[in-house]
Amino acid sequence: METAERKYTFKDFSSDQEVRWCPGCDDYVILRAMQKALPELGVKKEDVVFISGIGCSSRFPYYMDTYGMHSIHGRAPAIASGVKLANPDLSVWVITGDGDAMAIGGNHFIHLLRRNLDINIVLFNNEIYGLTKGQFSPTSTVGQKTKSSPYGNIQPPFQPGELAIGAQARFFARVGGNTPKEMTEVFIQAAKFKGTSLIEVLQNCPIFNNGAFAKYTDKAVRADKQLFVEHGKPMIFGKERDKGLVLNGLKLEVVTLGENGVSEEDLLVHDAELEDPTLHQMLVRSEYPLVTGIIRGFPDVTFEERAAHKKEQVKKDSNFTKTDDLFFSGETYEVH
Amino acid sequence: MTTVKTKQSHQALEAVVVRFAGDSGDGMQLTGSQFSDTSAMFGNDVATFPNYPSEIRAPQGSLYGVSGFQVHIGSVEISTPGDNVDLLVAMNPAGLKTNLSAVKPGHGIIVDTDAFTHKNLQKAQYESNPLEDGSLDEYQVIEVSMTSLTKEALKDVEGLDNKSITRSKNMFALGMVYWMYHRSREHTIDFFKKKFKKKPELIEANTKVLNAGFYFAETLELIPNSYTVAPAKMPSGTYRIIMGNTATAWGFLAAAEKAGLELFLGSYPITPASDILHELAKHKHFGVKSLQAEDEIAGIGSAIGASFAGDLAITTTSGPGLALKGEALGLAMMLELPLVVVDVQRGGPSTGLPTKTEQSDLLQAMYGRNGESPVIVIAASTPANCFNFAYEASKLTLEHMTPVILLTDGYIANGSAPWKIRSVAEMPDIKPRIIREAKNSWHPYERDEDTLARDWAVPGTYGLEHRVGGLEKDKLSGQVSYVPENHEHMTQVRAEKIERVQNYIPELETVFDDEGDLLVIGWGGTYGTLYAAVKELKQSGVSGVGLAHFNYINPLPKNTEAVLSRFKKIVVCELNNGQFVSILRMKFNGKTFHQFNKVQGLPFGNSELIKKFKELLA
Ligand SMILES: Cc1ncc(C[n+]2csc(CCOP(=O)(O)OP(=O)(O)O)c2C)c(N)n1
Ligand code: SF4
Ligand SMILES: [Mg+2]
Repeated sequence: METAERKYTFKDFSSDQEVRWCPGCDDYVILRAMQKALPELGVKKEDVVFISGIGCSSRFPYYMDTYGMHSIHGRAPAIASGVKLANPDLSVWVITGDGDAMAIGGNHFIHLLRRNLDINIVLFNNEIYGLTKGQFSPTSTVGQKTKSSPYGNIQPPFQPGELAIGAQARFFARVGGNTPKEMTEVFIQAAKFKGTSLIEVLQNCPIFNNGAFAKYTDKAVRADKQLFVEHGKPMIFGKERDKGLVLNGLKLEVVTLGENGVSEEDLLVHDAELEDPTLHQMLVRSEYPLVTGIIRGFPDVTFEERAAHKKEQVKKDSNFTKTDDLFFSGETYEVH
Repeated sequence: MTTVKTKQSHQALEAVVVRFAGDSGDGMQLTGSQFSDTSAMFGNDVATFPNYPSEIRAPQGSLYGVSGFQVHIGSVEISTPGDNVDLLVAMNPAGLKTNLSAVKPGHGIIVDTDAFTHKNLQKAQYESNPLEDGSLDEYQVIEVSMTSLTKEALKDVEGLDNKSITRSKNMFALGMVYWMYHRSREHTIDFFKKKFKKKPELIEANTKVLNAGFYFAETLELIPNSYTVAPAKMPSGTYRIIMGNTATAWGFLAAAEKAGLELFLGSYPITPASDILHELAKHKHFGVKSLQAEDEIAGIGSAIGASFAGDLAITTTSGPGLALKGEALGLAMMLELPLVVVDVQRGGPSTGLPTKTEQSDLLQAMYGRNGESPVIVIAASTPANCFNFAYEASKLTLEHMTPVILLTDGYIANGSAPWKIRSVAEMPDIKPRIIREAKNSWHPYERDEDTLARDWAVPGTYGLEHRVGGLEKDKLSGQVSYVPENHEHMTQVRAEKIERVQNYIPELETVFDDEGDLLVIGWGGTYGTLYAAVKELKQSGVSGVGLAHFNYINPLPKNTEAVLSRFKKIVVCELNNGQFVSILRMKFNGKTFHQFNKVQGLPFGNSELIKKFKELLA
């Protein structure tokens, strides 16, 4: 990626299309957070590509004044992989929903994470199918009443982070849909990270699943219920900054600073770069506090780097530079 | 053994079909290809066809574990691997049993008598030994204790294990066949030298066994005849023997080089298409990017992404995979991006007959997508012209900005034939519609007046940022549009764009007579068999018979109707239940089309075609 000499503002990334999400939808927040993050990356506008699937969330590329493709349901990770392999200099983003990524597109989603191409995935998790007007999704909770589960959903949900890390995600972050500053920061970090980055946004859908994350994201409770982790910092949360996480055997435990002689030194210090994902998985699964921020960011070789390396090796050992060299090589014969 | 020269006679032949059959481990593919390569280098025209078991390691000696390789060589033009066999080499009872019906009565069979043990006969479900019970009386059976003779020939070579010794008995058979057809051993000995560079004992062993077989045939009274097949008249030039799938892969390499683009392949393995993936995976030195994806959808998806970003993008598959790619192919059509989808057809439906050939994906290729979704459909017709049509598919997709489906099939994909090597310099120009610089007031869906193709503006190009998608789009800006008239307009434009390809493809040609009583129509991989049958019919003195073979299916060549009108009767021959004929009936309503169909997973046989043609002529 070449750096831009031009200085951008969020306006440079806004297309002339009228945004058509429902009023009050968190998708607006995500759009603005992205438009604010991109100017901070130093990437040229023409080098940015957004690929989406299908869903409310997947309308996103139309609103970004970059290259973009609104593709088909679930396939954005595959398409984005092709874009990135064709031109590794591009900054490639996948925009997807919970159904798009983990139902119909589950296979592509896990394989992109496994391969570790340098692509950023923004997962709009609203625990519902928005565009098709309110069926349960692979992240809907058991018991959730939706149009297709009138008596309550009986399918246990995926935890996106858990699934992703199980599929070898090197980078996983989670942010609330109503905290734009944190979101912008996470987008910037995800873009800078070399390898596949997955950002799960807890996106409220006021129409079909209003308040799905309210118990964690409402302004009134947010500080007490969310732990925003930062690499190298102790895991402290709470309005009074008096709560923290320690490891007790194989479990995370919430402690109160100052109680039972617990001090800041006793708390877990967040290490996003651990290769072993065990602790990251615990953080992903924790319900109290709900962990947000960059939970995992383990630096690893990317797919493109491996591919480029292989190509160089093969080129070095090969006598072929033009296809004619191949066609006329080996077992040929003359007819006179 | 004393060397007694017997009265062996020599006979000149126009063409010969030899089939090598044995256990999967007997090296029949290698033996067969050595015979065909040597014959090609001698100047014969050749065509080959392998017949492998679908089991990877079938039990030794079993009927379904038989591996065969058929070679047709001639001093005349050879267009098929041949129907009936002049010489069968059977390395075991199972090989004999499964291939006997193909041998012409009175013709030769070489058997390895050492393999006709009680156990092997049982495995081949023989109740009595066919070498003893008279059931082979109408053939010239040449019984050779090949395994023992091979061991004998190798007794002085050091450093060989038992396995390598028995394994080389196929070279004994090849040596005999070389003598029978006056072939030089030189090419095969050179081949040993290359293949076993690091194992000199194997060079020595294989050469010894090959020679032993050759001399054995020479001195043996059992072989009454030897034959010569003179060189064929072929256009001069540099040739190589090429398999259809390799030719397909190479056509794409050539096209990418000519177009100045990098080649991207997104694919998921499937018989009989995987060899294209295998071949292209080798050529990283040309910058080829091959991604073995997680499934067919990701194969085409990644190709669409690569195309959006400016590569010559292709995806390769067979029938079941094409079904999975349908939705994404519709997207590529809607985006109006270049993309080639290769379908190496196999027997269907469902998993069908994976290792057998058929032409039953035509209607799927034409219509297997939601909505009004036309794409260009073309078909290769010989192993060698898979190269030309892969190249042509690339040219059409890049110049017309619409996906192209290239149909081949298991028969031409696995078959091989001489290919007069085409240097990239001789190939027609390819002019991709890529734009590298911003123009004033550019619109993503503005079109070329003649072709109706849009421009290809790729990410990374300053000033051309734009969005594309599967939703219907405005005819100029490409922005989402639900305007009814716009949708109808765009639907017509996308159809018209395909129709106009007619102006850029060659006219339909007829071979043999170009007017008269009977027009034989075929498309795709049946060319060789149809050609051979019509030729034979013509040689028997029938006049007024022509062959029109289609490589371009959507759109059809411009002069199709004119060609049809010049014949009294038309018969459309296909390895399916009548798919192409249904297209012709739709387009040329009012014409009568007879049909000849076969759905056995097998190519047409010469005699069944001739019988049908005679019936129609009567
Ligand atoms: C092949 C296919 N199947 C089904 C649909 C219908 N469909 C469109 S979006 C969608 C679900 C979207 O849910 P999600 O991914 O969670 O996105 P959201 O709308 O919630 O942002 C479905 C089922 C489709 N467009 N294509
Ligand atoms: S349906 Fe829900 S997710 Fe979709 S735009 Fe409306 S509020 Fe947002
Ligand atoms: Mg959703």
